[in-house]
Amino acid sequence: MEQPIIQADKLTKRFGDFVATDAITFDVARGEIFGFLGANGAGKTTAMRMLCGLSTPSSGRAHVAGFDVATHPEDVKQNIGYMSQKFSLYENLTVAENITFFGGIYGLRNPVLRDKREQLLARLELEHAADKRVGSLPLGWKQKLAFSVAILHDPKIVFLDEPTGGVDPFTRRQFWNLLYSAAGQGITVFVTTHYMDEAEYCHRVSIMVDGRMAALDTPRRLKETYGAASMDDVFYTLARGAQRGE
Amino acid sequence: MLYFLLQKEFRQIFRNRTILAVVLVMPLIQLIVLPLAADYEVKNINLCIVDNDRSPEAQRLTQQLTASGYFRLTGYTASYPEALALLEADRADVVLTLPQDFERGLMRDGGQTLSLAVNAINGVKAGLGAAYITTILQTYNNAVRVQWVQPDRFPATPVLKVAPVYWYNPFLNYRVFMVPGVLAVLVTMIGGFLSALNIVQEKEVGTIEQINVSPVRKHYFILGKLLPFWVLGNVVFTLGLLVARVVYGIVPMGSMPLLYGFVTLYLLAILGLGLLISTYCETQQQAMLITFFFMMVFILLGGLFTPLDSMPAWARAVAYCSPVTHLIAVMRMIILKGSTLHDVLPAAGIVAAMALVLNTWAIVHYRKTS
Ligand SMILES: Nc1ncnc2c1ncn2[C@@H]1O[C@H](COP(=O)(O)OP(=O)(O)O)[C@@H](O)[C@H]1O
Ligand SMILES: [Mg+2]
Repeated sequence: MEQPIIQADKLTKRFGDFVATDAITFDVARGEIFGFLGANGAGKTTAMRMLCGLSTPSSGRAHVAGFDVATHPEDVKQNIGYMSQKFSLYENLTVAENITFFGGIYGLRNPVLRDKREQLLARLELEHAADKRVGSLPLGWKQKLAFSVAILHDPKIVFLDEPTGGVDPFTRRQFWNLLYSAAGQGITVFVTTHYMDEAEYCHRVSIMVDGRMAALDTPRRLKETYGAASMDDVFYTLARGAQRGE
Repeated sequence: MLYFLLQKEFRQIFRNRTILAVVLVMPLIQLIVLPLAADYEVKNINLCIVDNDRSPEAQRLTQQLTASGYFRLTGYTASYPEALALLEADRADVVLTLPQDFERGLMRDGGQTLSLAVNAINGVKAGLGAAYITTILQTYNNAVRVQWVQPDRFPATPVLKVAPVYWYNPFLNYRVFMVPGVLAVLVTMIGGFLSALNIVQEKEVGTIEQINVSPVRKHYFILGKLLPFWVLGNVVFTLGLLVARVVYGIVPMGSMPLLYGFVTLYLLAILGLGLLISTYCETQQQAMLITFFFMMVFILLGGLFTPLDSMPAWARAVAYCSPVTHLIAVMRMIILKGSTLHDVLPAAGIVAAMALVLNTWAIVHYRKTS
């Protein structure tokens, strides 16, 4: 069998006495769309930051794209894209300038960079807005742009932390279409969300409760296991016992 | 890699009206307002003369001093204790003692030493008084020297020396004296604040995560922050020099390349400090407060308002650790005195070492992985 693209083994992060992510173990296969669910404060962002090489694990191990996140974080970074929970393109730069900058720092150079920029703008139908400041775009457009920028350098994996927070269902649907097309190109998608309809779109879903991984399976089998009609019910059953939350 | 980082920073700077306004307006405002506000040209310094000689020569000197317009003769006596009493009662700022054989010494021996005691309560006024006296004495008679005495009853009186700088500003024009210092403060403030706030701002907005998750090497990232502000600092300095020339007619006496060379080196140090601060802070507010603290200490101890020589030893020690002190000194040296590379080399060495340490520290302390 092919080596999993993400392997986490008892991955743990402590902040002082507090265990934000508690010994989570799981694999993600290449090309998978992996949903990473959990209530607020469950430890999703903390886990994702460890997988991205942004935060060093307190204990346990994880390999991402073949590299150990603790010992080779910069190699991991070379192979992934990341869209953080906070919106993080430069608002005072234009759409085109953001694309150029992020493409540039991932090592894309001009003929290729220019082509990619044109393609991206065309795919998002943002040609008319290329010279607009990103800050002036509606949130939904910003998110689609941020996602497209995160995969501009054709990473093996893209990590998305609540990428569709605060937008309408129609825009979320458009966003997921982009996600599917990225997955179709072989990019593994690791995504956290609060929307259970989005969880249904994932190949597999994990649910974190208080830093631990409480469940991990396909949406269908999760529903069977918990005798639930929808992912909403599954989530509710599991998250009910959570101590944390805001 | 660096190209993209620089391109981005410059775009952001040129798009930021506040930064542009600060960079363009600050040199004007500061250079025009500060030297006026901090005009130390003190008149009416209370002078007491202890005349043990009572000769025509002594009379002539007294007259010359009072005619200068800077002094008010509040005592003219033959008794030193009486003069000290005036000093103690705050009725005299400066006591000048003419020895018994003042005239004879001048005529016969061709040299004479006077002693001068100052009231340390208002150190600035007294220090200036002393400086004026020294200058006036020089024009009066080159053969007269001043000897500083420390009255017993003023144990805390610092031994004031006339800072060498006064000699190169013979008209005691305080604006001329202040302008290079204000220019130094200007470059310091712009460089320090802009660099300290910049990385923190990226932290606050969250864009730093996007940089940290990319393969950008951290020294490139720091360099990408350093260089634009370094250019900006030079622009501000140039504007400041222009204002100094247009408004005050101050043209640097020393070499321009040397002046720019030093400022450039200095900017690396102060920007390094700003960047270092920003690697330790999470919010712009924190960065602002900490930078403000450093700026206050640096500027107050930098020798802009108070000559280093009249500071207590501990303050002087702190002042030497501040890059601003060296910049102010070197600016005055090059601009007013025309000092050469050889003269500023020690200061340049210290500032270069600071730049190296601060920037290395910033790069080491900046972590892409927490
Ligand atoms: N740097 C940190 N220091 C201390 N506690 C933290 C830190 N980061 C996150 N936490 C805590 O860890 C828990 C999990 O946070 P997070 O991973 O952001 O949750 P989620 O993304 O699932 O909402 C929260 O209780 C949060 O307060
Ligand atoms: Mg989160």
